[in-house]
Amino acid sequence: MVKKGYFGNWGGAFIPEVLHQTFAELEHHFKTAQADPAFWQEYVDLMSTYSCRPTPLTHAENLSKHFGGAQIYIKREDLNHTGAHKANNVMGQGLLVKRMGKTRVIAETGAGQHGVATATMAAKFGFDCTIYMGEVDVQRQRPNVFWMEKMGATVVPVRDGSRTLKDAINEAFRDWVTNVDTTHYVFGTACGPAPFPEMVSWFQSIVGNEAYEQMRIQHGKNPARIYACVGGGSNAMGIFGRFLEEEGVELIGVEAGGKGVETGQHAARLCGNDASPGVAQGYRTMFLQNDDGQMLETHSVAAGLDYVGVSPILSDLWEQGKVRFTAATDQEVMDVLDLTMKKEGIIPALESAHGFVQAFKDAPEMSTDEGIIINMSGRGDKDIFTIAHAFDDPSWKEFIVQRAREYSK
Amino acid sequence: MQLEQHLRKSLEHKDILLMTHIVLGYPSFEVNREVIRQMVDNGVDCIEMQIPFSEPMADGPVIMKANLDSLAIGTRVEECLAFGKEMAATHSIPFLYMTYYNIIFKYGEERFIEACTEAGITGLIVPDLPPEQSEIFFRHARERNIAPILIYSPTSTHERMKELDDSGSGFIYCVARRGVTGKKSDLDEDFTSYLQRCRAATSKPLAVGFGIQSADDINALRGIADMAVIGSQTIRLVDEQGPEAVGPFIAELRG
Repeated sequence: MVKKGYFGNWGGAFIPEVLHQTFAELEHHFKTAQADPAFWQEYVDLMSTYSCRPTPLTHAENLSKHFGGAQIYIKREDLNHTGAHKANNVMGQGLLVKRMGKTRVIAETGAGQHGVATATMAAKFGFDCTIYMGEVDVQRQRPNVFWMEKMGATVVPVRDGSRTLKDAINEAFRDWVTNVDTTHYVFGTACGPAPFPEMVSWFQSIVGNEAYEQMRIQHGKNPARIYACVGGGSNAMGIFGRFLEEEGVELIGVEAGGKGVETGQHAARLCGNDASPGVAQGYRTMFLQNDDGQMLETHSVAAGLDYVGVSPILSDLWEQGKVRFTAATDQEVMDVLDLTMKKEGIIPALESAHGFVQAFKDAPEMSTDEGIIINMSGRGDKDIFTIAHAFDDPSWKEFIVQRAREYSK
Repeated sequence: MQLEQHLRKSLEHKDILLMTHIVLGYPSFEVNREVIRQMVDNGVDCIEMQIPFSEPMADGPVIMKANLDSLAIGTRVEECLAFGKEMAATHSIPFLYMTYYNIIFKYGEERFIEACTEAGITGLIVPDLPPEQSEIFFRHARERNIAPILIYSPTSTHERMKELDDSGSGFIYCVARRGVTGKKSDLDEDFTSYLQRCRAATSKPLAVGFGIQSADDINALRGIADMAVIGSQTIRLVDEQGPEAVGPFIAELRG
């Protein structure tokens, strides 16, 4: 029998005793909600009135023609409210928080999308909200910090460790153990202690459920392959879930190759050779760590993929060979971003663009009657500073210099 | 049983025991050695030595920084184990390791416990390892007579406390309040009734930690707890006044 909260060898709940009772309550509320069709209906209604669900599936005809192979379909999570798949999980957890009677929510954020989604949910439901964000990410995702603060959240820059996502998670846990009676930690991805991996994947499964129906209507059959970027793994779990048991659908997770998987400067847990089994941040998975079990620094142009661990559910699927994992480098990501904007007028987030990279490598080898789906987990306009910088865009630079001059007067 | 018996013996002639904490390799093993000497000379009954981890989730700013600084100067697990062995051979009080589970998991649970036996370590505190998550760890620890110290918190129910009591040995570490290490705790009425709940759930000695900083705090624990745990406070002291300040501080606490 599989141990509770485990997926094969992975998962579990390695939590300090002070959280034991809270996890027992969370587990109870989650299981009750899961067994209650009215809860899911309430969730779907909320997502279709407050957000833009179902999000469209776009047939990228120009890109398909350009590569001359598979028909490329893009699942448009960028059109979800707050611009990414993150809102699915957050609104779902918000409904649970109401059921649990808590009044304050906290969250970690890397790219800032989960932080923005949580601040949005807190504003709508009337919760107090504190967001923890690594100082490095505060710098690279400044527009998201602005919006979180505007929606009434307190954003706390985390200055410890590598000052990225994992450090924000540690700090959120420290807050939670202190304020456990009033506070729910809205975990942002399909990682962390049980039941978070399963719970987040459940809320995100709305993406795959929609894509399944849409593909039948628009393409007439199942896709041959599905691509998703993998940071913690929530958007991948979301789109993969419905197709896991479908024959003939290959699932591909694309990790952050950073400056190259062989350089050590990346966040490739499952497709590289640098990760090993470990237990941190409350769960067991493949971590980028040294021989002593100390976590390593990771690198990616995409803040949301720059993380040492990965969903325990994906580690299990990887071990069983049910999902293929590859990596995309920072440079490849910039190249596909350029092409996608020019050909389709669509701006993927830097994170999502990782999935596009592998899809574009594979599409030309496939036949024109095969379809593939790329999960576009979020929109790229949040990355305007990073992308403009990477393109070394002269008119943007000129604008920033002028604006700075104005502000420093 | 070894550790519990040792503590029981000390309790025959002291009304409260003192456990102190150090982070290995911070600021250096040299300073650790001197701090421990002063602690032992001034009547500390038990010392927990923390093997640093890059993600010290249950620790507040002082101990977290000590963990990260120790790792930044290159502290390795093997060095910590060798140092622990040296301390246990040098001093007659019980020594424990405190660390996060990944350090033990990565080293190999059985091998780590073997190394503790070898080093003369009597107990292990692993704040992110509830008993239901590793049957192997608890079995090996019991077989090797290394006490797995379990933790009670004010949020623990009576049933949960009983469960933890069944899996742990040595003593019970009662966390004085919600939160992480290092911030002052109010040892008020709620706290007293919490300790009464702890006492009702276990017959093991009760240690109280998190925010215990002064002789007044320790006096407040007399009669309701068996051991006071001083953690972040001595690290702050060494940071601010150097290792030589530790002896007088402990002597004052001892009263």
